[in-house]
Amino acid sequence: MLVNVVRRFGAAALFGISRVGRMGTFLCQTLACVATPPLKGRHLVKQIHFIGWKSVFVVCLTGLFTGMVLALQGYNALKGFGSEAFLGPMVVLSLVRELGPVLSALMVTGRAGSAITAHIGIMRINEQIDALELLGLNPLRYLSVPNLLAALITLPLLGAIFNAIGVFGAYVVAVKLLGMASGTFFGEMSDHLRMQDLWSGAIKSVSFGAIMAWVCCHKGYYSSHGAEGVSTATTGAVVTASVLILVWDYLMTAVLF
Amino acid sequence: MIQIENLWKRLGDTEVFKGVSLEVKRGEFLALIGMSGTGKSVLLKHIAGLMKPDRGRILVDGIDVTTARFRDLEKIRSRFGFVFQNGALFDSMTVFDNVAFPLREKTSLTEQEIGVRVRRELEQVGLTGAEEKVPSQLSGGMIKRAALARALVRDPEIVFFDEPTTGLDPIIARSILRLFDASHKRLNLTGVLVSHDIPDIFGIVQKVAMLHQGELVALEDSEGILTCPHPVVDQFVHGRIDGPIQYK
Repeated sequence: MLVNVVRRFGAAALFGISRVGRMGTFLCQTLACVATPPLKGRHLVKQIHFIGWKSVFVVCLTGLFTGMVLALQGYNALKGFGSEAFLGPMVVLSLVRELGPVLSALMVTGRAGSAITAHIGIMRINEQIDALELLGLNPLRYLSVPNLLAALITLPLLGAIFNAIGVFGAYVVAVKLLGMASGTFFGEMSDHLRMQDLWSGAIKSVSFGAIMAWVCCHKGYYSSHGAEGVSTATTGAVVTASVLILVWDYLMTAVLF
Repeated sequence: MIQIENLWKRLGDTEVFKGVSLEVKRGEFLALIGMSGTGKSVLLKHIAGLMKPDRGRILVDGIDVTTARFRDLEKIRSRFGFVFQNGALFDSMTVFDNVAFPLREKTSLTEQEIGVRVRRELEQVGLTGAEEKVPSQLSGGMIKRAALARALVRDPEIVFFDEPTTGLDPIIARSILRLFDASHKRLNLTGVLVSHDIPDIFGIVQKVAMLHQGELVALEDSEGILTCPHPVVDQFVHGRIDGPIQYK
């Protein structure tokens, strides 16, 4: 009885360690491909378009309503203390430091990350990845590297768009709907926002992009066979990447910022 | 040219190979037959270096693909052509781009030279006019032909065919086999063919090997396999319901 429990626990631990090791190896191999040209420029541009440009609409929409609800909730909460003037700083710091990078990364993970996993997974089950290998080519150079670089480039830009639209949404609610003076809203905002806040948000976005691309490419690359395998990999990729983004966000905020 | 020595492989609870040894000589065309799930495709992937055995060696011109470094494996693979069961064409590319892909990535040929070679190869497989189609617009037979064109475009020395006629009607299946035969004779290829098309394949191969329960139970020439006394081989090649092979 006890031996069985220990055996199962040991097997689960070994399985977990091997998975983490495989993910680490995958990342190292991808980074080695990044460091050793040629980079596949055409694939990179295609993925920048797919991950970045095609996510603009959903990021704008999320940013707009996030800013609007922040203003609405913040205004009512601050009004109780007679501190409505601090609504602008509260909104902009929440967006720039946390919500912009995190929510834009989560939206991109849901939209583009899932598609990346499904695409690579289907290539795996249709033996297209084997075909690349048999042509003497490194599949990571074609599948993982363009996605990683595209995510590193586009996530900070999408985070910045999210922030700008979020501030606009907050402005509409605070100034146009709730009657706050626009000078108060923006004046206090510019007094409290520091360059370091913008940098911390951008650095977070870059790291979230790396996590999203790494996890989603890895899950697709090691999809098991069949449609069910791809579907499981896709779900697993979105859940794992989202959780890792949130955990990493906490660690970065606690340690670095 | 290809020597498989004492190959062992376990996948999950199944012992796929239990000491399989086999040799394919230069210019020889070998058919691998056996029941579904006996590891024929797995054996092809081992020879191509896509899978690693638990034990044993696979030598291609003296180089062990099971332990070869990436660069050596890359050199060996540049001499391979592989026709996958479902074609494995890149679905985001046209037929032309699929066939041109190996040349664009692995040679320094100009676009004009690539165009000439791709069109020549597509003509050989009867796909002239289908250059701009994407794989989803092709029939099963056309996909196999395009896959063959891609496999042959770099003039390989060794070609692997993994169930190339599965799911095709008998006329197209026969025309595909005839195409393989013509390519084999034209280019003096060494080939390994996995197929269930019995007895059609016996007309185009020199040797037939049968895998059963992880072991090689027969290695005969294409005429000898039909008269092989081994009860498993006899039942399988003649398609008899009764015999040692029991389907559950």
